[in-house]
Amino acid sequence: MTALLEVEAASKRFGGVVAVDGCTLSVQAGTITGLIGPNGSGKTTVFNLVTGYLPADSGTIRFDGRVVRRPDPTRLARRGLIRTFQHARVFPNLTVVENLVLAAPQRWWQAGSVRVSRAERALADDLLGDFNLTAHAGTPAAELSFGQRKLLEFAATLMSRPRLVLLDEPAAGVNPVLVETIERHIRRLHAQGLSFLVVEHDMPLVMRLCDPVIVLDRGRKIAEGPARQVQQDANVLDAYLGA
Amino acid sequence: MRAALVFGLLSALPFGFTAAWVQNLFIFTLMYAALASAWNIVGGYCGYISLGHAAFFGVGAYAVGIAFTHWTIGGGYRPFYVLPLVGLGVALASVPIGWVAYRTRAATFAIVTITFLFVAQQLAYNLRSLTGGSQGIAIPTPSFPVASYDEPFYYAMLGVLALSMLASWYVRESKLGLSLVSIRDDEDRARGLGVQTTFAKLTAFAVSAGLVAMAGGIWAYYIAFIYPQFAVDPLVTIGMVLMVYLGGRGTLWGPVLGAFILVPAQQYLAYRLGASELYLVGYSAVFLVVMLLLPRGILPSFSDRARRMRVRRLPPGRHTEEAVAS
Repeated sequence: MTALLEVEAASKRFGGVVAVDGCTLSVQAGTITGLIGPNGSGKTTVFNLVTGYLPADSGTIRFDGRVVRRPDPTRLARRGLIRTFQHARVFPNLTVVENLVLAAPQRWWQAGSVRVSRAERALADDLLGDFNLTAHAGTPAAELSFGQRKLLEFAATLMSRPRLVLLDEPAAGVNPVLVETIERHIRRLHAQGLSFLVVEHDMPLVMRLCDPVIVLDRGRKIAEGPARQVQQDANVLDAYLGA
Repeated sequence: MRAALVFGLLSALPFGFTAAWVQNLFIFTLMYAALASAWNIVGGYCGYISLGHAAFFGVGAYAVGIAFTHWTIGGGYRPFYVLPLVGLGVALASVPIGWVAYRTRAATFAIVTITFLFVAQQLAYNLRSLTGGSQGIAIPTPSFPVASYDEPFYYAMLGVLALSMLASWYVRESKLGLSLVSIRDDEDRARGLGVQTTFAKLTAFAVSAGLVAMAGGIWAYYIAFIYPQFAVDPLVTIGMVLMVYLGGRGTLWGPVLGAFILVPAQQYLAYRLGASELYLVGYSAVFLVVMLLLPRGILPSFSDRARRMRVRRLPPGRHTEEAVAS
């Protein structure tokens, strides 16, 4: 197994607050890696560093063996690293199909070509079928329910043919049935060779789904390993329950 | 279809109305319709409120003026032929300006762009050898027949309007339009999905600036005297923005509709109120009405209402899909 994503001694401070403090972690190809930790432990900041939304103060981040020198979400997305957001962000003024097609890789000289080509439409329809959204293909995304938006956002990340998908709380705010649906999709895509890094507060889901699990506390990695083992780790219990 | 009808009517108009004041009014209406359509590509589709577009208008105007005084391009129809060149040049020159301005967003972007406007105005005042400073530039009036003097300008403006709308339509139907709307909705997520946001924004900015400059060029030739305070005028920017907001941001016909309402209204008020700038009070009143009653502009509000009425007429249980499909 090779490391798809490597974070080495990355730090990020906001004024006096050290959000990420010399954090080192890696995501192996072909895994569903969980990233957990108490509130304020730096999970989202790590996400933002890794995806290029924030520049790290120090440390290196490597994706697919290459050092990311200039953080740039667009370029990283084109190299196959893509993320979702906590609150199911979709483009409300675009239709469901357009939301998907937008995420398909596009070269600059294609800017003048038609909005949704036939091939892209077919690809999008396939995905919509997988996610049970076919009936809403032409609906503006603004009219979708929260759960449907969550699914749409997830489907859109797949449209870009990613290699590593970062899911920021995929189960937050959705009903138990939908949590199961999302879990099923993650497993299915994982079986097809996609790797995941998942931030999640729903511990049963993390324990079922993720291997390994990385635990952050105060901007550092305090434990890593299979779910069972991490659950019993003294440092982890300490971080969650406080001592 | 609608476009063919509107442009057919507009091209026939000078034959029906030969009175100079009507043609004059329509030249300004068409000019603002073109400006608003061009502005809409950046401000409407992409959601970046540029208040600096009057600078490109002024640059276009001065380009034509300078072409007369320094390169003697000749009179008659010649200046119209150099317009595409002016448009192309300004479009290219706007790229670095846009690149700087796009480092900011939202309100900051508006302020940065309006700064460019005043920089352009100060340059017009101070580059005296080129622009004549506050003395302005006089452009020799062409020797068109008196009876139909306005017609060449009218058709030139109509041409620029057609070009603006064509560009606007093409952008909307293309992948570029898709990217622009995604930037308006949620730029950070668009970046995360691999949308080339900088490229899309700069392309929109350049197209928009080039079209505005072409309108400015015709305006300069028509007015025949250009001064810094009128060629690079914040009121031109405000006019464009207001018309787009009134007609409907991000729609194809909204900006045109806004111009066809506001320009005649402005001329009427200016005439009634004795050429003072009191009509600006009317402008702000329009802004208030738009914000309070039609926050999305006339066209989107009315198409929403039409859609709701269609939904009401459908049998129960078949609401969403059909209303959306239509």
